[in-house]
Amino acid sequence: MATTLPAAARVLRSPVFFSVAAALVIGALFLIGTGADPLTAYQAVLTGSLGSDGIGSTLTTGTSVLGMALALAIPLRAGLINLGGDGQLVLGGIAAVAVGLYSPLPAPLTTVLAVLAGMAGGALYAALAALCDIKFGVPLLVSSLLLSYPAGSLASYLVRYPLKEPGSSLPQTERLPDGVALPAFGSSTVTLGLVLVALAAVAYHVVDSRTTVGYEMRMTGLNRRFSAYAGVERGRQTLQLMAVSGAIAGLVGAVGVLTFPFRFLDGSLTAPGYTWTGLTAALLAAAAPLGTVLASFFFAVLQVGGLSMERTTDVPRELTQVLQAIVIVFLAARLRITWRRRKSDEPQKESRKDPRKVGA
Amino acid sequence: MFLDSDLALSALRALTPILLAALGGAICERAGVFNIGLEGMMLMGCFTAVTTSWFTGSPWLGVLAAALAAAAYSLILAVGAVTLKGDAVVLGVAMNLLAVGLTSFLLRTVFGVQGTFDDPDLAGLGEIAGFSPLTWLSWGAVAVAAVLLSRHAWGLRLRGVGETPEAAATLGVSPAKYKYGAVLASGVLCGLAGAQLALGNVTLFSENMTAGRGWIAVVAVMLGRALPLGVLLAALLFGLAEAAGFRLQGLGLPQQATDAAPYVVTLIALFLTTAKRRRKTGAVV
Repeated sequence: MATTLPAAARVLRSPVFFSVAAALVIGALFLIGTGADPLTAYQAVLTGSLGSDGIGSTLTTGTSVLGMALALAIPLRAGLINLGGDGQLVLGGIAAVAVGLYSPLPAPLTTVLAVLAGMAGGALYAALAALCDIKFGVPLLVSSLLLSYPAGSLASYLVRYPLKEPGSSLPQTERLPDGVALPAFGSSTVTLGLVLVALAAVAYHVVDSRTTVGYEMRMTGLNRRFSAYAGVERGRQTLQLMAVSGAIAGLVGAVGVLTFPFRFLDGSLTAPGYTWTGLTAALLAAAAPLGTVLASFFFAVLQVGGLSMERTTDVPRELTQVLQAIVIVFLAARLRITWRRRKSDEPQKESRKDPRKVGA
Repeated sequence: MFLDSDLALSALRALTPILLAALGGAICERAGVFNIGLEGMMLMGCFTAVTTSWFTGSPWLGVLAAALAAAAYSLILAVGAVTLKGDAVVLGVAMNLLAVGLTSFLLRTVFGVQGTFDDPDLAGLGEIAGFSPLTWLSWGAVAVAAVLLSRHAWGLRLRGVGETPEAAATLGVSPAKYKYGAVLASGVLCGLAGAQLALGNVTLFSENMTAGRGWIAVVAVMLGRALPLGVLLAALLFGLAEAAGFRLQGLGLPQQATDAAPYVVTLIALFLTTAKRRRKTGAVV
């Protein structure tokens, strides 16, 4: 009792709890404003996403959200923001579908190869963004984001011309051959993809808490200059973390084409906004592995539950997107988050350089 | 001829929203507030401009309302980053997400449509001598910002607050006040950018219609080193890439290649300028 009470008080006072509660209250005001009953609406969110009809859908959505959240959390742990998730996701998807369509190997091997190709595609593209930062001095935030748009255009071009399904009016590839797919559990829409993403989460947890790499990552996130002083090579670390980040984003892309609709349809991977939901989840959890899993599940519940809220109360499901953003607004304002953009380190570096400049 | 006056004109039209937003970003940067919420502020401007113009019939009230609404929206960044000392990057990302969600939500509750609101009766901004009035205004704003930042006491204090807030504070300049001013100014400019986009470039509102322009503005700030004229040149480069892309599309290049062009051009420009800066600093030290 003596230990649980302060723990409960700590939870109540924590910024995460405050932000989520504040967002739900503001959401209730929105609901009242549109003439809906907040309790009915929130209940619809829960029953729609966690009830027997919705849980499968929540887990399917959760697969993609968690995958993207992990992809963005890993660099975030070291204070790096990867804004190019969409590009890495799409290139992963297109690489996986290309392998899936043209590999001469038997179906199970092709599936494995397609997943690996997706991860490689995402990893290479994210590494390119990291190289822009390390070699050319374009901040990662900007290089990853700017590279994201051409990746989308490239994928869009490929599915409209070279990879287009002949005779179809949609910008999509052919359906993958029979058997080239991630197996589903029973008759549900939940596939092996969820297991792959969950394994990635477990791996992240172990690396984060038990290994040198994880320690260096957290140190860099807490204090970049300390970790540089302690001998962590920033360039190599950025490259490695971004490659892993891109590989997981690519995995999500591969899972997206190796499950329903079993093909690459232009825009279908990015339209649900998994990248941004994932980033929100990673930010909410401050990139901690277990927290990222919980936050992803929470946002998947909101996203799927939003649909049933719309059916029950006629309140547009976009409200859930508003709630998501409000959580982060409150959180960002309340937390003095420890990572800093590189820019804020620079004046100090420069002022250290200045005397030498004057002296020379 | 490929590089003719038509191309220049379409480049100038394409650049107005980016220029206005980037100017706001530059002012914030100078005051030491990293503003990546330009995209969201602009989107709020788009929606307010269209809604106000639709209900009042006056596009000018739309412009005014857009500037006010985006300025009010920018308070999230001002309060969060300046008063509460939160993380500006995270706040900016959240503001962009919130704007997408909020405008899509309001589009459905106010107009009852999903995706795009488009009506022939929606009044857009006219043209003065071939350009939208806001395009003329944007050039005026560049000149005013350039003079204010380099020659006026306000600009000097603003830059002082951005570079060393402690020193500014000892001289009796309130850093918080100047930072609020800079963020609000960026809100007004982004609101105008949004109004230009939704009532000038086109006359409609569609979900997420800013489509990365706010991010390009962030890059333009970086490329133009937060100088008003530098930002103008950077935005011009982007406008030219976009206009040239449209032209190349007419010549048979696939649309996707031309869609990607502005981003690739911007990235290359960033490579070149940072490489040059590195060589320069390398020579000094």
